[in-house]
Amino acid sequence: MSEFKRPDGRKVNELRKITAKVGVVPNADGSAIFGFGDTIAIAAVYGPKKMHPQHSQNPEKGTLRCTYNMMSFSVTERIRPGPSRRSQEISKITEWALQPIVMIDEFAGQVVDVHINVLQANASTRCAGINAAAMALAHAGIPMKGLVSSVSIGKLDKQLVTDLIKAEEDWEEGEGPTDIPITMTEDGKITHIQLDGKITPAQLKEAVLLAKEAYPQIHEAQSKALKDVGEEK
Amino acid sequence: MTDRTIVIPGEVVFKGDNYLPGEGTEKRGDEVVAIRYGLVEESNKLVKVIPLSGVYQPRRGNVVIGKVENVTFNGWVIDLNTADGAFLSLMEVPRYVNKDDLKEVMDIGDTVVAKIYSINKRGIDLTLQSNGLGKLDKGIIIEINPNKVPRVIGKEGSMISLIKNETRCKITVGQNGFIWINGDKIEDELFAKKAILYIAENSMSSGLTDEMTGWFEKNRGIAQ
Repeated sequence: MSEFKRPDGRKVNELRKITAKVGVVPNADGSAIFGFGDTIAIAAVYGPKKMHPQHSQNPEKGTLRCTYNMMSFSVTERIRPGPSRRSQEISKITEWALQPIVMIDEFAGQVVDVHINVLQANASTRCAGINAAAMALAHAGIPMKGLVSSVSIGKLDKQLVTDLIKAEEDWEEGEGPTDIPITMTEDGKITHIQLDGKITPAQLKEAVLLAKEAYPQIHEAQSKALKDVGEEK
Repeated sequence: MTDRTIVIPGEVVFKGDNYLPGEGTEKRGDEVVAIRYGLVEESNKLVKVIPLSGVYQPRRGNVVIGKVENVTFNGWVIDLNTADGAFLSLMEVPRYVNKDDLKEVMDIGDTVVAKIYSINKRGIDLTLQSNGLGKLDKGIIIEINPNKVPRVIGKEGSMISLIKNETRCKITVGQNGFIWINGDKIEDELFAKKAILYIAENSMSSGLTDEMTGWFEKNRGIAQ
């Protein structure tokens, strides 16, 4: 098993180098940048603020609103700016991944806006986006049960690997590629899981275990970034 | 201000049954867990997390500075930079007000110092019935991060009285981050502004009031 070669020479359960920093957007109430290697996402949080238009206000509890976007220069082949089917789907997915941890019930009629932008993409952009968003929400002082961390698990032919790159997402050999982004809370509860490809139930369980293994590394990077900001000054 | 550490949401702050969860914390089993990002403060077994960032959360009794957004038949709508709208009722203005001409007292765009006397589902209610409240017509307004307001005021107002003495300005600090400065000379006002912005920038360091005494010594010559 360990003889399996990944295109960039990583071990099967090895993450790319993580970069994390908070307070990158001075105008926002909270912001963060998170990167897996050369996949970099930036998140800015505004609010809680009054929801407009009024008819979308929820008088019972606060609303979380996420927007995911890829910069047109984030990939070699320029992508057309503006909302697409894909970005709308990922926006919604991010919202669902973060909903269980934010405690915004008391902000009735108000909204917390999360804007995620991908500066540079080399697969796992939604995971980087969710990680950045979790940090930015904490940085904005939003009450939260905890942080979430997200990682993509892939199946290349029959081999499970952690943190996919683009070359692995397009794996052509054997059974082809399978991409499983997973988001988890600190105590290992899954808030988001997607599956793109084919996998057996037994291997899916293995994939979740692999994500659990990667979790502490991501969480540590996130909390370190949040704590460092205070010691700078 | 000794050894206060930064915690992140979900982090266990204290273990053991004898700690009480205060603001920004939650009890899970026998652990006190932070639910906000901020500094830990513990006194008499009560654990609190003081937020470092985020929008201003209005509280009863806060003195705030706002701008008149609209004039209605029975009061003024005030913009405090909060999610909820704020209303200053005619009844809460301790002077004679001609009901047919509220604009005479305060018009759209005027700035006012007021106190929050209640927060309910409809929004924030303001009053002017206390000392030092009312419409502002002289001086300058600056804005800082609302989370840094406590540092500008200092322990029992030590910092703000230092600035007032050094710059000979009248200063009102609104809890929502707006600060009103009024002095005889514009140079004094700008000097006070510089001092306050310096505090806001260095709000993380401890012993800030002592540091500011030195800062005034050093900068007094430059400002005048």
